[in-house]
Amino acid sequence: MIQTVRQTGWMVVRQARNLMREPIWIAMMVIQPMIWLLLYGQLFSKVAPLRGGASSYIEFLTPGIVCMNAFFGGSWSGMAMISDLDRHVIDRFLAAPASRLAIVLSQVVRAGVTAILQAMILLVVGYILGVRVHGGVLGFLVVFAAAFLLATVFAGFSHGVALLLRREASMIATANFVGLPLMFLSSILIGAALMPGWIKGVSRFNPVNWGVQAARNAVVFDGPWGPTAVYLLLLLAATAATSGFATWSFRAYQRSI
Amino acid sequence: MDAIVAEELQKRYKAVQALDGVSFSVREGEVFGLLGPNGAGKSTTVRVLTTLTQPDSGRAVVAGEDVVRHPNRVRRAIGYVAQDSGVDWEATGRENLLLQGRIHGMAGPPLHARVDELLGLLGLTDAADRVARGYSGGMKRRLDIALGLVHRPRVLFLDEPTTGLDPEARVAMWVEVERLAAEEGLTILLTTHYLEEADRLAERVAIVSRGRIVVEGRPDELKAGLRGESVTVELDETDHRAGEAAEVVRALADTSEVKVEGHHVRARVPNGAQAIPAILSALDGRGFPVAAVTTARPSLDDVYLHYPGREFAMEDEEGKQ
Repeated sequence: MIQTVRQTGWMVVRQARNLMREPIWIAMMVIQPMIWLLLYGQLFSKVAPLRGGASSYIEFLTPGIVCMNAFFGGSWSGMAMISDLDRHVIDRFLAAPASRLAIVLSQVVRAGVTAILQAMILLVVGYILGVRVHGGVLGFLVVFAAAFLLATVFAGFSHGVALLLRREASMIATANFVGLPLMFLSSILIGAALMPGWIKGVSRFNPVNWGVQAARNAVVFDGPWGPTAVYLLLLLAATAATSGFATWSFRAYQRSI
Repeated sequence: MDAIVAEELQKRYKAVQALDGVSFSVREGEVFGLLGPNGAGKSTTVRVLTTLTQPDSGRAVVAGEDVVRHPNRVRRAIGYVAQDSGVDWEATGRENLLLQGRIHGMAGPPLHARVDELLGLLGLTDAADRVARGYSGGMKRRLDIALGLVHRPRVLFLDEPTTGLDPEARVAMWVEVERLAAEEGLTILLTTHYLEEADRLAERVAIVSRGRIVVEGRPDELKAGLRGESVTVELDETDHRAGEAAEVVRALADTSEVKVEGHHVRARVPNGAQAIPAILSALDGRGFPVAAVTTARPSLDDVYLHYPGREFAMEDEEGKQ
């Protein structure tokens, strides 16, 4: 158990360090969320009803974009697993006494940590644009928790798919197929009050929306914390489920070699 | 004591019977070569012995532990250098080695000292802090070997250690393996499809074909087992009747294992010097233009060709698909 935690830590360090050596990746990680925030912020800024109780659309939008980045980042994170499989790094770990759980978990945790970093960048940019986190310290923690959990939910799914398909092209298709509908079936861009009835209904079961609601309660409204906690617990359960799926896929991969 | 024991290993992948009853054993401290073409089952054998693949049936014991029942104990005792490099390209050589050591439970100054030692041993000290993406093929391969040695394993598996290397790097790798075997007292299981490599490095070899061990023994024993010498007759390049020429040679009293390769006819004879005049006069009598004749004492090459024979060429094709 201690060995698994320790190995997960080392493997997260490895992946983070490798990513830090990709200048393009860093640029994308920093700049892309800002582009979303500024682009959508401008596009919809004049449509007053969209902001659903927030003092400005950008305030409404910021927690949404935090969540969008987190779940997009998570959805794409399986690409790293495919690259490790292709480079036979995974096989090298498997022939050594590496914890099987650590191999999968480290990738999922790395996606979550990346999402927290992006959330920090977005909150700084938001601050410059006048967005305040009304929930205070607890509010910040909730935003980071929502970002981390959303990223891990989708990273678990993404790694499960990556380990089953083991091909980049299939992975890209799946990430797109799942990602965009889930974004529009959530209140990232518009408040729930403006959604058509059926979308509103579906969005209740959308993990992306759980994260958005939690983060928005923290940034815009300073609570209520009870329902916010429920959203985070739902995300935690979803993370457990998708990480379980990824672990199962990993066993399937091991059986296939 | 035996460092590796494989008994009747079977493994099937969908339509392909990759292992069809592989059995052999390797003594402690020995360098053992598994020789065979691509697709013969060498790599699958190694993957079973290194716990990566579960056999369908049969038993394997490595460093005293059963690979199916106690895989983690086996993993702690072995180093595995796979056919395909497992180097993390985005990490430096040193980072690769440190992580591998940590996976094996090493830490602190002893780990750093071991990593420094290996970097020096494999000539990677100058490149240690460069990202492995920029390494040459030979450097990546040496880093692979270092990765397999970090935790001071008792048994080292080298799966095609020189495939893809240029001739110079290949010879350097041979020197490396010889030194490891001599100085570190390692048991080494080496797979290769280069006969020269097995002949030079391995104390004993087993030839694998279609998931089975066809023959096993010391290289000189195997060569001695092939009585006689080989004679190769080269026909004029413009002559396309090598098949008919082979029939003529086959009809002679002392020839055996007559084979055609392009416009060459190979045969095995008890004594080359005595057989050549008869072969030449028979061919001459039928009007075959002979360009050259050579004779050779048996090499491991002949052992390779003798046992599984022509199947090899076919298997190689399958292996490439």
